[in-house]
Amino acid sequence: MTSAITQAKLWYWQRVSALVMAPCVVVHLAIIVYAVRGGLSAAEILGRTQGNWLLGGFYALFVLACAVHVPLGLAAIAAEWLGWRGRGAGIAATLFGGLIAVMGLRAIYGLTA
Amino acid sequence: MSADIRVKVWRGAEQGDFVRYEVPRQDSQTVLDVVTYIQRHLDPSLSYRFSCRVGMCGSCAMTVNGVARWTCRTSVSKVAADGKLEIAPLANLPVIKDLATDMSGFFDKWAQARGLFQGRRTRHDEFARVEPASSERIAADAGIECIGCGVCHASCDVVGWRAEFLGPAALNRAWTLVNDQRDTGQLERLRAVAGDAGCHVCHTQGSCSERCPKQIAPTAGIAGLKRLVARAAIKGQL
Amino acid sequence: MTRRNDFRARAHPAYWAFVVHRLSGLALAVYLPVHFWALGQAIAGDAALDGFLKFTDRPLFKFGEWGLVVLLALHLMGGVRVLAIEFLPWSGLRKNWVAAALGCGVVFGLAFALALVG
Repeated sequence: MTSAITQAKLWYWQRVSALVMAPCVVVHLAIIVYAVRGGLSAAEILGRTQGNWLLGGFYALFVLACAVHVPLGLAAIAAEWLGWRGRGAGIAATLFGGLIAVMGLRAIYGLTA
Repeated sequence: MSADIRVKVWRGAEQGDFVRYEVPRQDSQTVLDVVTYIQRHLDPSLSYRFSCRVGMCGSCAMTVNGVARWTCRTSVSKVAADGKLEIAPLANLPVIKDLATDMSGFFDKWAQARGLFQGRRTRHDEFARVEPASSERIAADAGIECIGCGVCHASCDVVGWRAEFLGPAALNRAWTLVNDQRDTGQLERLRAVAGDAGCHVCHTQGSCSERCPKQIAPTAGIAGLKRLVARAAIKGQL
Repeated sequence: MTRRNDFRARAHPAYWAFVVHRLSGLALAVYLPVHFWALGQAIAGDAALDGFLKFTDRPLFKFGEWGLVVLLALHLMGGVRVLAIEFLPWSGLRKNWVAAALGCGVVFGLAFALALVG
């Protein structure tokens, strides 16, 4: 893949993941505002999330979209404000995406299983 | 008339400093008038560019109080209300001397973006028939008035952050040609405007569209190029 | 070193929208692993998660949470504006959407604050 095709596809994936995340964020903000009433407690949260596969599935989709979207954004900042470009920066971004995916899915598992 | 205007003008090249001058205020005075006054009456060694003086050629573009403008179309009363002016060469371009920049890199990027028309008809063929109301022609017409003044290029931070970025003017030119149904070099052009140097690193800061003295919106053309390039990449055409 | 722009060249709404979008994204990116780690405490059981929640039940953290909610709302709306500019027919720099983004930030910030104290 040439750089031109790669850059075009990265841009495309950044926008597609954003389109997925936009409604996810709206839903998540609504959930946050609802959940935070009367304070947070493990019992309250787990009472809602444990065994809730719909919620788990929703958040899994959200996490995976984040894992695509966040590293691409960070890579742009690194390239433009830190002067960090090339393979090393790309690998670091990918690793951060992996971290988000792993930690996010682990958290979902912890809350729904 | 009220007091003199206190003007700071960049003298030197990349290394240099601002030098202060006092210029008498006049009615309907433009910043170009101020620069001209300094060169004619105060310091003949000042170097600057101008040509038409009436807002047609774009030669007089400079940084006035931090903003890229055509100095012949910038009235002193509007930008120096407090009687102070700071005049510097355009940003993001090498400085030859004082207020004159080296624009060859700017035009090189134009060529790199394949901003040149490539047709297939000769003088022996019929004229091409172009529907003026087609969406492509309307899109092209919105950008063809560009005279290459460099204000958009100077205003863009991404140009400053990424030396290889083709910039709003070159990409706008490419957009007008991408929308020209007579042009035969479309795929090469899309390849040229993709990648790290091309349309995809535009972050829609919008300074180009905000500052263009001809009200062209390179942001629009670059958005169009992003879509076209992505579509071509996904279809495997690039 | 060619000359670079300073704040005076950046004094227009579309540029501010860019800065807010980038900085909010950066803050959220840094926050995400922490957020996932905290929620992952549930794996260690109710008590572990509760312990964390009790620890963060103080004004500084609540203010931070409020800030993150506002940043998320701003980043969302700024992003929707960018998608509109890039994919919808051209309609200028959509400065009214910049205002709408700010409004959204205020609304969600207020909703969160009210839910917190109400």
